[in-house]
Amino acid sequence: MMDQKIPFETIVRRHGPTVWRVCRAVLGPGQDAEDAWAETFMAALTVWEGLPPETNVEAWLVRVARNKAVDVVRSSARRAAPTASPPESTTHDDAGPRTGIDPADAAVTREREDMLWVAVDALPERQRLAVAYHHLGGLPHEEVAGIIGGTPAAVRRASSDGMRALRHRLGASGKADDPLDLDANTGGTS
Amino acid sequence: MTSPEELTPDTFPVNDQTMKALHRRLERRAPEDGVVDISYRTLETPLGRLMLAATNNGLLRVAFENEGFDAVLNTLADSVSPRILEAPAALDAPAREIDEYFGGRRRSFDLRLDRTLSHGFRGEVHEFLPRIGYGETLSYKDLAERVGNPRAVRAVGSACATNPLPVVVPCHRVLRTDGALGGYVGGLEAKSTLLELEASA
Repeated sequence: MMDQKIPFETIVRRHGPTVWRVCRAVLGPGQDAEDAWAETFMAALTVWEGLPPETNVEAWLVRVARNKAVDVVRSSARRAAPTASPPESTTHDDAGPRTGIDPADAAVTREREDMLWVAVDALPERQRLAVAYHHLGGLPHEEVAGIIGGTPAAVRRASSDGMRALRHRLGASGKADDPLDLDANTGGTS
Repeated sequence: MTSPEELTPDTFPVNDQTMKALHRRLERRAPEDGVVDISYRTLETPLGRLMLAATNNGLLRVAFENEGFDAVLNTLADSVSPRILEAPAALDAPAREIDEYFGGRRRSFDLRLDRTLSHGFRGEVHEFLPRIGYGETLSYKDLAERVGNPRAVRAVGSACATNPLPVVVPCHRVLRTDGALGGYVGGLEAKSTLLELEASA
């Protein structure tokens, strides 16, 4: 249930983190996820007042984010296609007229390197998408199946396999010999 | 460190800096498509934090912290448009002029104003207020006469009290006939601070 008469800024603050988790998990580190996030809220601003009052805003935003993720990947592919330059250049060179390094953008970069996100990036694609749309975005398995294909049961398995892999990765990182574990030796005994 | 069993969506880190960077991207992007009706920002002043809100037509609202910024935004969402976004860059000009005013470097404002929130007789009073010069004061009674309705002293008082653009539209320059401060949306202390500022500059 939503109230279209509340300031849109409230919607951005309330649902921005969830939409970001979905975009980040679907599109990985880099500019594309940030583009998809901004385009999602742009689209939401455009149609905001016309939404039926019974709309579940967060689920609606997650669906928009999914469409924007598809768009962003398409346009990235279009941009990359005519050139022979290596694809990784798009991550940092698409920033447009920005000059200097914004400290907040540097924070985004740090987050890209966060252990849990690195683990998400390493999941097989179907597990990663199932985790993104179901676990992080809150969409039901049936709907996620419509997005990524397969049966709801298969999506359920992919989602829980993905979560198990992430738990395992986090649990495993408690061991000092894990190369991803950056903090284990500084926190004393555990 | 969260234990692995508690892998909830909130465990997936989204820090404040990330949200700020994403928000700025939205702020840069939104004006291009004209999808935002009201932009706002806050500004530190000697009267505490002020919130400034503007439409494409000009400055719409100046609010004191004691009014509750969220409450003010909710009212704007209801009465003007819910397409409200915090976008400081859209308010660079009013923020600069208000800053100059508090620094004693500005005596009148050269800003486009959106008078949407001023209606009827109150609107007439609000229109008149900028004619009271910097450092001058007028009584509610005199103001009622000047707007052509000498018996409407109370209505003038409530017009001043509901000025949507305090500081910029100088309702603080209106006092009681006996010289007492009367009232002020930002509190009497704010009113006397403004009057002292203008008396000393």
